[in-house]
Amino acid sequence: MTLTPEWYLLLAAALFTIGAVGVLIRRNAIVLFMCVELMLNAANLALVTFSRINGTLDGQIIAFFVMVVAAAEVVVGLAIIMSIFRTRRSASVDDSNLLKY
Amino acid sequence: MTVADALLLGLGAVAVGAGALVVTTAHLVRAGLYLVVCLGAVAGLYLVLTAELVAWVQVLIYVGAVVVLLLFAVMLTRAPIGASADLDRPGLPALLVGGGASLGLAALLVDAYRWSSVPAPAPGTAEVLGAQLFRSWVLPFEVLSVLLLAALVGAIIVSRPDIGGGGR
Repeated sequence: MTLTPEWYLLLAAALFTIGAVGVLIRRNAIVLFMCVELMLNAANLALVTFSRINGTLDGQIIAFFVMVVAAAEVVVGLAIIMSIFRTRRSASVDDSNLLKY
Repeated sequence: MTVADALLLGLGAVAVGAGALVVTTAHLVRAGLYLVVCLGAVAGLYLVLTAELVAWVQVLIYVGAVVVLLLFAVMLTRAPIGASADLDRPGLPALLVGGGASLGLAALLVDAYRWSSVPAPAPGTAEVLGAQLFRSWVLPFEVLSVLLLAALVGAIIVSRPDIGGGGR
């Protein structure tokens, strides 16, 4: 038996699902960020697989860009979490309801 | 079964298992450490897919920087060292969304991108990728550098209470 790149795509779908479920069931904002990273990684894996399927390197370059955006997102997100923690003394996403109508 | 197939199965199992542990473990710090394992396995998969530079950058940025940043945040928010009982919330909607996303993505991806017999691309070494990047992807590259600068300045302003809105 030889495995086709569809298996990579299935793996990417599984990782994305784990991340999505994690974002929905976890309460701590930092674990939420870890789950977002999982989802971004699943997207990256799919991009690199597409690059392999299509025979070009464009997918890998877009994966780089996704990584850079992910790094920027983590930096800004953690700054916001710190700021919320300073005022609310809690990192739980259920406690930050300031913008809730 | 070739070596690449065995590596795919092994690393894929490690990645999915560690990812599931990130989502299910009750320890905050352990979630971060499992994330390292998961991202490392994905980096190995990039190597199997001949995307060398992406794999090493993954190790540098994610395992080296992002996870360290997350663990620092865990420490700065005074997370408990042991297990935290109230980490999860009711999971039924999440299971529905997860099942839907999983089935939808799997069906869509596998159906839309069948394996065709295009010859494999050249290995994604730094030289080849750099040439591509600075020939046909210069504008996104420059835009991303501006984005990084904006994120840097924004993070400093948000997290410093004396100049930003954090302390109010």
